[in-house]
Formats: sequence, C-alpha cells, structure tokens
Amino acid sequence: MTTAAEAHDHHGPPPIHYSSRVTPAVLGMFLFIGSEIMLFGSFFTVYFFDRIVNHSFGGQWPPPGYHRPAFVAGVNTLILITSSFTMHWADSSIKKGNRAGMQAGLMLTVLLGLTFLLTQVVEYHRLGFNTSNTSFAATFFGLTGLHACHVFVGLAILAVMTTRAFRGHFSPEHHHGIEIGGIYWHFVDVMWIVVYVTVYLL
Amino acid sequence: MKSPVRSEADAFRFVLMTIGYFALIVIGYFIDHWLGLAVFVVLTAGVAWFVLGRRGEQEKPVRQAPAPSPPEQHRILVVANETVGGGELLGTIRGRAEGRNAVVLVVCPALNSPLRHWASDEDDARTAAQERLDRSLEGMRAAGLEADGEIGDGDPIQAIEDAIRTFRPDELVVSTHPEGRSHWLERGVVDKARERFALPLTHVVVDLDVHRS
Repeated sequence: MTTAAEAHDHHGPPPIHYSSRVTPAVLGMFLFIGSEIMLFGSFFTVYFFDRIVNHSFGGQWPPPGYHRPAFVAGVNTLILITSSFTMHWADSSIKKGNRAGMQAGLMLTVLLGLTFLLTQVVEYHRLGFNTSNTSFAATFFGLTGLHACHVFVGLAILAVMTTRAFRGHFSPEHHHGIEIGGIYWHFVDVMWIVVYVTVYLL
Repeated sequence: MKSPVRSEADAFRFVLMTIGYFALIVIGYFIDHWLGLAVFVVLTAGVAWFVLGRRGEQEKPVRQAPAPSPPEQHRILVVANETVGGGELLGTIRGRAEGRNAVVLVVCPALNSPLRHWASDEDDARTAAQERLDRSLEGMRAAGLEADGEIGDGDPIQAIEDAIRTFRPDELVVSTHPEGRSHWLERGVVDKARERFALPLTHVVVDLDVHRS
C-alpha cells in the first residue's frame, strides 16, 4: 500500500518501477549500442561518399592495384558468426542451470574472438597498403579497424564474464552479466557482417 | 511500446536474420548488380512492413481472464489519472460498491513523455500521480470505501495488466476526460481494455472544467 503518510516519510526518489518493460541495465546497453550504430554510420557515410564521388578510377572499385582479401575475411566472418552461436549456447546453458555449458560456451567464444582478431592483424600486415595511400585505404582501415576495436572491447567483456563464470558467479535466476555481454557480442557480430559485405564483397 | 530486442536470445535471432538478409543481397548482387539492388529494396521494404505490422499486431487485444477473487469480496479496480479526484468517479465507485463487501484499488498511471520515459526519468510523473492518488484515496475513505492505491505503469493498459495480476479484480472502472480532451480515448484505451480483459468495464467521463467552474 502506498499512502500519503508513507510518501512523506520516504526520503529520496520513489522506488523504481520496472513493470514488465526492459530493465535499466539492458536499456543502458541498447542506448550504448544505439550510439555505436551512429558511430559506425558516420564511418559508412565516409566510405560510401568516397566510393560514389571518386571518379578518378573510372568507376572501378576498389581502385586499381588494391586487392581486398575477401576469402580470408570470409573465413573470419564464419569464425565470428560461430562465436555468436557459442555465446548463445553459454546464455542458454546458464538459464537451464548448466554451468559447464556456460563455461565452455564462454571459453569458446573468447577463443573464436581472439582467432578473429589475430587473423585480422595478420591480414593487415599482408595487405600491402596503409592508411596514408589513398582515401580507399583510409576508409578501409577506418571501418575494419573501428570494428576490430569493438572486438577487442568485446573480448575484454568476455574475459570478465568467463572469469566470473569460473569463480562461481551467475545462476539461472541471476545471469545479467551474461545477458548484457551477449547482446554486445551479437552487436559486434552483426556489425561485422555489414562491414564485410560492404567493404569486402560489394 | 515494447522493445523488440529484449534479451540475448533476441539479439542472437537478430544475428541470424542479418545473415539471411545480407546473404540474399550478396547472391543477388553477384548474379547482377541491379538484381542485388532490387533484392535490397524488396527485403528492406519487407522488413519495414514486418516491423510496422508487428507493432500493430502487438497492440491487438489479447483476452486475459483474471483468477477469481474470494467470493465474499467484490474487488473493483479503478484506473484514472488526472480525473482520479472527480465527483463522477467517486459516485460511480460508490454505486458499484453499494450493498457489497467491496474492496477498491485505485491505480494512477504515471503519465510521462516518451523521451522522459526512455530516459527512465519518471520521478516527477510518479510524484504528481502520487499526489493525485493520495487526495483521491482520502476522498474515498471519507466516503466509507475500503480503498487502496498504487502508481502504475505510464501505459494505462500495461498498468491494468499489472494490477490484474496482483489484485484479481471482479470489475474494472476506467475514468477519462471527455471526448476531445482525453488522450486515453484518442488512443482507444477504453476499447482496448474492454477487448483485452475479460472483466465488466465501466467507463466514467469526468469533466474537470465543470468542477472548476
């Protein structure tokens, strides 16, 4: 019961009322992802602007002399997509009380994410161009590099989640850390699919 | 409005849909550049249609029968906000409660702007609703009614749904401003509540301008 007397005795803001809507923690992650989408959007805008207005190469894209490693990046894409499956496995496992499944899922996700990142670093060294060559090179490194930064952050979050998982944290009732970190990791995955298709294939 | 992505599982499904979406575009693109563009346009339009259609679908009423209340009590759920102190509402509640062992729960939805709602800035809205509720409860108790109250979700339908789960009412009373001045009527709140909840519903119109004059 909420009465006038209780309201006057209460100090500070009123109690939080969640109803059945999204919780503040998940909402916070969505707002963060929203800002990230805008950040990526600005990089994509530069990329498409460069691609559309750049007529000096006779409409050829990428410019002559540049090779996009679509196959290696494709394999890397499969690795990252697989990591989304393992992430989902970890989340589903803890919801069912399967701690071993959660731990294995998180470990695999970290390993797949690391593999993706290392493969990209190796690929950067083999590209044969760098950011100062042309605007294509700059936007290529800008977009893929921005994504790589996000994978790095995602790996840091996953490392914390995995450590906590092995220290006995999380349960079927309390697994917000897995849920929110998982949402971020899936965002990184979705963004890579967009980057891969846009920068490497089309 | 409910967020379509509310959990890791939803986000994972979004990953799968993204894969399908871009796979079709890429296949189309490699067959013919213009086909790729056409696939992109068609898929994007399809997604937009699905999302908009789904929003409409979510708002479709789902009949929800409440669990029966104890037979000796008649439980009345009242949903009102700015009109919660109106004389018409008090009269209707007294009429519904007359001759019965009635228990009244008044729910005041904390009306808020969408921006403030999404920013979780509900303090002012809840405080204002609480003040109206307190005044209303005093009036009801003074009239001899056994009344209790709580602040509900900003969405009145959601507030009713929440209260039904905990209060198990036998009937519902919804109070609004008159037609033309009521946002709730404009949004079809009363009709939606009638269709969605398997409860007798009384709609009370309170004209606060008449009270003031």
